[in-house]
Amino acid sequence: MRRVVITGVGAICALGRNALEFGESLRQGRSGIGPIQSADTTQLRFRNGAEVSGYCHQPYFDDRKADFIDRFAQFAVIAAREAVEGSGIVWTPELRETAAIVTGSCVGGQSTEDIGFRDVYKMGLNRVHPLTIPKTMANAGASHISIEFGITGPSFTFSTACSSAGHAIGQAYWMVRSGITDFAISGGSEAPFSFGILKAWEAMRVVSPETCRPFSKDRRGMVLGEGAAMLVLEPLEAALARGARIHAEIVGFGMSADACHITQPSAEGAARAMRAALRDGALAPEQIGYINAHGTGTAANDVSETTAIKAVFGEHAARLPVSSTKSMHGHALGAAAALECLATVLALRDGVLPPTANYSVPDPECDLDVIPNQAREAQVEYAISNSFAFGGLNAVLALRRY
Amino acid sequence: MSDDLIQRVLKTMAASKRIPLESVTIDSEFQQLGIDSMDAVEILFALENEFDITIPDDEVRKVRNVRQMCEGVEKLVAAKEAAKAGQ
Repeated sequence: MRRVVITGVGAICALGRNALEFGESLRQGRSGIGPIQSADTTQLRFRNGAEVSGYCHQPYFDDRKADFIDRFAQFAVIAAREAVEGSGIVWTPELRETAAIVTGSCVGGQSTEDIGFRDVYKMGLNRVHPLTIPKTMANAGASHISIEFGITGPSFTFSTACSSAGHAIGQAYWMVRSGITDFAISGGSEAPFSFGILKAWEAMRVVSPETCRPFSKDRRGMVLGEGAAMLVLEPLEAALARGARIHAEIVGFGMSADACHITQPSAEGAARAMRAALRDGALAPEQIGYINAHGTGTAANDVSETTAIKAVFGEHAARLPVSSTKSMHGHALGAAAALECLATVLALRDGVLPPTANYSVPDPECDLDVIPNQAREAQVEYAISNSFAFGGLNAVLALRRY
Repeated sequence: MSDDLIQRVLKTMAASKRIPLESVTIDSEFQQLGIDSMDAVEILFALENEFDITIPDDEVRKVRNVRQMCEGVEKLVAAKEAAKAGQ
């Protein structure tokens, strides 16, 4: 089996338009949560989101190109461009033919679909825009990345709710590790700020009426986010041979299904996924020095995740820093695991663990070292990034400092 | 065909494809304008909205240029007017 390293990173989200701005915001503990601008919130019980503030398709896409690409897929392409450019890869016909693209998205282009459905159901129109289908499909991100770079190898999309990008990156990692491909672009993207989608989240009664305070006793729920993060994965030897910059190494991937409830989290299911990632990377629990938590800030998740972490790490859990960066970039659903994997990569690479922002009151049921509000300098060797989706489908990535 | 109808078709096509109005003429072939199959369905959507008509799939398959498109639209508009007058 080959070692797999990350040689390119790209991001766009509420914390910045590129990976550098993203990392700087994380280090400063600056939250990107604020009043939602791209949808009318007067009929909603919540007002805040983590949007890409002031986003316009220009200068990224000309008007005609943007006509064809929903906001979620635009984010995917923007992050992929940054990751590929940063990787310094020189394309050859062979590489284009074998390179893989594996993306994640939860709701895909439902914002586009929302407009079409409003037209026929509410406005009484007899037709929807003909690009509704190609803009809505969840694989549009992967498709537009393939068109952008002329990549003709295996390309596909996972939609496993909040674990989508975790499953995507894990699969891409395994594909590079096993030799199926020598180059993969993988991550996730999401843009859920459309009235119909927000109403559906409101009905779940899991969205905070204020900000997102993971692991804090006064937490009131999650805050939706949007954006994308993309990584370039390569075999270590290929990266070294071409003198590429190596951001971090992926060393393990674990998955599990709760098999108990469609929304209620299961500590057992989460623990199984973490154990599977450790097993896949031949790691002992004590080797892990940081966890980027799923940490949604809901009443249920944070307690369940704390229980799971204690079950897997035992006494080591008391000394193990854990933070939820969703407190800053929001819960970007199908992009969440990609943003958080990138946050973990930057933590390992730069020796700075991102904090849990908006933390105010300790919760005895979430008594972990949650790195409250202030980033912490620490040279960590191994870390994991947790993603536990609605539907009970869990994905955990294990990473190593390089 | 009325000039007004032709101008409305040209304008609708140019706006939909996001190309300069001057580049579209009654004698333009779709191929010359770079109109692919997806562009074409978008233009049909825009024309249906502009003229409040429904363009049947079968009629559309034979259309290859702007003149044929204008003729088709004219026919459908006339049919709509006749139906209205007959009511």
